[in-house]
Amino acid sequence: MTENDKASSRPTVADRSSLAAIEVDHLVKVYKQTRAVDDISFSLPRGSITGLLGGNGAGKTTTIAMIMGLVLPTSGRVRVLGHRMPEESAAVLGRMNFESPYVDMPMRLTVRQNLTVFGKLYAVKNLSDRIAKLADDLDLTDFIDRANGKLSAGQKTRVALAKALINQPELLLLDEPTASLDPDTADWVRAHLERYRKANNATILLASHNMLEVERLCDRVIIMKRGRIEDDDTPEAIMARYNRTTLEEVFLDVARGRVNGVRQEAAR
Amino acid sequence: MSEMSLHRGISMQRIGAMILRYWYLLMSSWPRLLELLYWPALQVITWGFLQLYIAQNANFFARAGGTLIGAVILWDILFRGQLGFSISFLEEMWARNLGNLMMSPLKPIEFLLSLMVMSLIRLAIGVIPMTLLALFLFHFNVYALGLPLIAFFCNLIFTSWSVGIFVSGLVLRNGLGAESIVWTLMFAIMPLACIYYPVSVLPAWLQYVAWALPPTYVFEGMRALLIENTFRTDLMLDALAINTGLLIASFWAFLALLRSARKHGSLLSSGE
Repeated sequence: MTENDKASSRPTVADRSSLAAIEVDHLVKVYKQTRAVDDISFSLPRGSITGLLGGNGAGKTTTIAMIMGLVLPTSGRVRVLGHRMPEESAAVLGRMNFESPYVDMPMRLTVRQNLTVFGKLYAVKNLSDRIAKLADDLDLTDFIDRANGKLSAGQKTRVALAKALINQPELLLLDEPTASLDPDTADWVRAHLERYRKANNATILLASHNMLEVERLCDRVIIMKRGRIEDDDTPEAIMARYNRTTLEEVFLDVARGRVNGVRQEAAR
Repeated sequence: MSEMSLHRGISMQRIGAMILRYWYLLMSSWPRLLELLYWPALQVITWGFLQLYIAQNANFFARAGGTLIGAVILWDILFRGQLGFSISFLEEMWARNLGNLMMSPLKPIEFLLSLMVMSLIRLAIGVIPMTLLALFLFHFNVYALGLPLIAFFCNLIFTSWSVGIFVSGLVLRNGLGAESIVWTLMFAIMPLACIYYPVSVLPAWLQYVAWALPPTYVFEGMRALLIENTFRTDLMLDALAINTGLLIASFWAFLALLRSARKHGSLLSSGE
């Protein structure tokens, strides 16, 4: 293969943009004296599911908020589904969705009313059929006409997930999707996300403190610490690099600053 | 919500979705509905009896029948119009729903238009019974003002929306810690808008400030109509010109405050 052949088979910038669901390029966010996100870059291919790991204050939520366009970067660039954020957000907001503990569904509205409002905002066709399908898939039928404020934590999470899936998004951003759920409900949510990703070739980026969740769901893990990317690879490769059998042990190594020692030990 | 595409592709469906959301909310709580009726009714009864008492004891007020009660009704259009706008906005803050909306295809202009429509709906629920009460209890028929009433109403509602848009931007930027501004800002212009007295009562230097406020023109216009039977078109056109400027400025301020909220991360922490 000649150099020219190699060059022609290599994806161009335009190709990479069309293949990537999210491209983050030298992203920085500074709040007064705090560098919440410090020069991070990564690219997520379409159809992938990636876990964003890190302790409190690592910069995960700020990173996701910048990808969504809720927070403006101090410097750097974000492209979502091939469009610059937030400048071209109108072109992509209808094709993505999110779930986060920082937002709630209106408490006084019933589940059906909430899903109707968001379905109309996202211009969902055959909305009543879509709501019926989600109610069936996510087991909402028993309480679909109950006010959101009167639901249990597990039911509220399923409703929030239904809202996040109402427009069948190509890109799903999830911030702690199973926080405060019992193990059974959390496992049920994870199984549903896996099914959704496979059925729709959707891209999922999830921030989580639940290492088992990340190990089970994600084909790639980005570990953040103090606003920077500490590691970025498959869960298996990361565990091998740190000579650990679980991501939880890796997380503790990173959080407690044992990274270099553990890596050298693993290399020996 | 995309700031860049403010004027392009306004969707009636998205505006309708937001109105539906507020309608569901309003209908879900009878105390909220009752509250819409309670204060305006109380206002008109109190001021109506005061007007009745003064009219029996002073020739001027006997001649200027309805100026007090008319002023109360018009003031309520201004005040309730702004509250109707701002409360619908605050509902999103209280419900921690703003992030969901900001991440949806809803544009700022569509959000603001839905809040305007809701302010009209809430106003109608509160003020129409109030006007009927004034008619049956005090024989003051505000609808007898005819076409001038439309001019008064439009100018007052435009001012209320401008104030509503501006304070919503402040709350968006500063969180619920700035909520008290929603309830109090309109009262700051109350003495200068000359609701119950003519502009000539104010000191000369303060009159310049009063004439910078569109409601002043409306209340002067109302007195001219009720006392002199003259509809002052010039006052209404002046008010409309100032209102146009205020609406444009409030839109601009809202977008600037939204951008500042994105810059400072305020949209992630919309509490106090």
